[in-house]
Amino acid sequence: MAFDKMELQKIEVWDGNRAAAQALRQAQVDVVAAYPITPSTPIVEGYAKFLADGYIEGEFAMVESEHAAMSACIGAAAAGGRVATATSSQGLALMSETLYQASGMRLPIILNLVNRALASPLNVNGDHSDMYMIRDSGWIQFDAFCPQESYDLNLIAFRVAEDHDIRLPAIVNQDGFMTSHTAQGVHTLSDDEAYAFVGEYKPMNDMLDFEHPVTHGVQTEEDWHFEHKARQHNDLMVKVMPKIKEVFADFEKLTGRKYNLVEKYDMDDADVCVVCMGSSVETAREVATEMRAKGIKAGVVGFRVFRPIPFAEIIDALKGVKAIAALDRSSPNGAAGTLFNEIAGALFNTDTKALLSGYVYGLGGRDLTKAHLTALFNELQANVDAGKVTTQLQQFIGVRGPKLAYL
Amino acid sequence: MLEIRWHSRAGQGAVTGAKGLADVISTTGKHVQAFAFYGSAKRGAAMTAYNRVDDKVIMNHEKYMKPDYVFVIDPALAITTDITINHKDSTKYIITTHMSTEELIKAQPKLEGKDVYTVDCITIANETIGRAIPNTPMLGAFMKVSQMYDIEFFKESMKRVLGKLPQKIIDANMLAIQRAFDEVK
Repeated sequence: MAFDKMELQKIEVWDGNRAAAQALRQAQVDVVAAYPITPSTPIVEGYAKFLADGYIEGEFAMVESEHAAMSACIGAAAAGGRVATATSSQGLALMSETLYQASGMRLPIILNLVNRALASPLNVNGDHSDMYMIRDSGWIQFDAFCPQESYDLNLIAFRVAEDHDIRLPAIVNQDGFMTSHTAQGVHTLSDDEAYAFVGEYKPMNDMLDFEHPVTHGVQTEEDWHFEHKARQHNDLMVKVMPKIKEVFADFEKLTGRKYNLVEKYDMDDADVCVVCMGSSVETAREVATEMRAKGIKAGVVGFRVFRPIPFAEIIDALKGVKAIAALDRSSPNGAAGTLFNEIAGALFNTDTKALLSGYVYGLGGRDLTKAHLTALFNELQANVDAGKVTTQLQQFIGVRGPKLAYL
Repeated sequence: MLEIRWHSRAGQGAVTGAKGLADVISTTGKHVQAFAFYGSAKRGAAMTAYNRVDDKVIMNHEKYMKPDYVFVIDPALAITTDITINHKDSTKYIITTHMSTEELIKAQPKLEGKDVYTVDCITIANETIGRAIPNTPMLGAFMKVSQMYDIEFFKESMKRVLGKLPQKIIDANMLAIQRAFDEVK
């Protein structure tokens, strides 16, 4: 092939963006169409530089907006290429119309979503507002907690999304700045190993296959629209999870790194647990270990896959626990938090007696400190001791001003 | 766990310095983390960058830190920003300044009784690299104060980190690291 291979060290010190860009290079993505936005910019910048330096055989399409970026990705994917891009926050908001087109057209595009707050007020830092905003768009959503996982999950996402039984686009989330701009040791695969894992792209219903003409992006009214949407939902509910598990297992065989739909930490005998996503999962794990030394049986549950929702795995992870804190890094703007609702929905028909409370934290990149988490675990233990939720169901962590609590 | 906080202006290379240090330390088998607070990320704006080093995988992603070392790579920031925030008794300060350590402490009573080292990274960078990029000299000074690694090992490692730069720039950086190592007091 007409590109150079890159010699990598076994452990490279990469931030999450660099790790994602290297994964796109190793997957030999054919087309990246992008409109850069903080904090995701270095991913597409990295792809463009690898391309210019002769490490990739592909195309970088510079476009005039994120709407155009995803539109060009859709065109390239429909034509039959392996396609990826990256965005954040307002960029994702502008892209949102086309995200539904991509999933409805069953185009396995990979989107690196570097999670960032949504304006107003304008803020470039990390929270999960953008991840939550497009949760019903029909994209598979993976969540990376650190740069290593940003690298690994990109390679995994191609395998899952492009499988001919799946053919659905996938998002790899990572926390803006807290992961995207935090350099840590990343265990690498060689270019050959990574490409062999991802596999050569095998298009399906590609428009450049002139022997087999197809139509993409059709109109269906009430005669067929519902059936298309139902089939898409069916595949998300039935086919995606087994495929993710299969690819996770293959990845573990290759690297020794084990991923699960829901990541459990010290949950076997936990009395109290925190459920969250992103880099907070790792900080919470460290604090949970410290709480155990103080006699509180603490555990942590992190969602590795946010869509489709790992319903059965949530039930399994939380069985036996006595108090649960659902941590949402996004303002619910007039409701309980998303994770609170997902967990409540999963547990409602089980015989759990767990006490569930919700917390909103970390908006616009506000720090979640170990001290916050220590206080939180203590509060959960107090709920267990009292046999009821001693606070209101929704509280805020780390916000200044008078204490806010609702529900 | 070793924790370092850098005080810098955007554009002076604190992030590159923090990542470069992390890169070198990583090759010795330790676990590293390097990150920064960018704020509105305007060139010249005061900013902070951070390193964590540990023998086990670093899971802590909080930004809050009680640093073991504080690096100040812009001389004015020792005066205009709160470089002693989240101080602990063992915190060591390495500060870029044209003043002597005694003169600096006299001018900045907040440093009284603290473990302060000074080195003029700006002048060193100007005279070796030809630009006021004080990040690599600060690492040279850090090697002296911390005795973390042999300076020759550190310079060899930094040559690899700086690998893609022209040889002239790499050579100048090696001179800058050595001078700061020799001159820090």
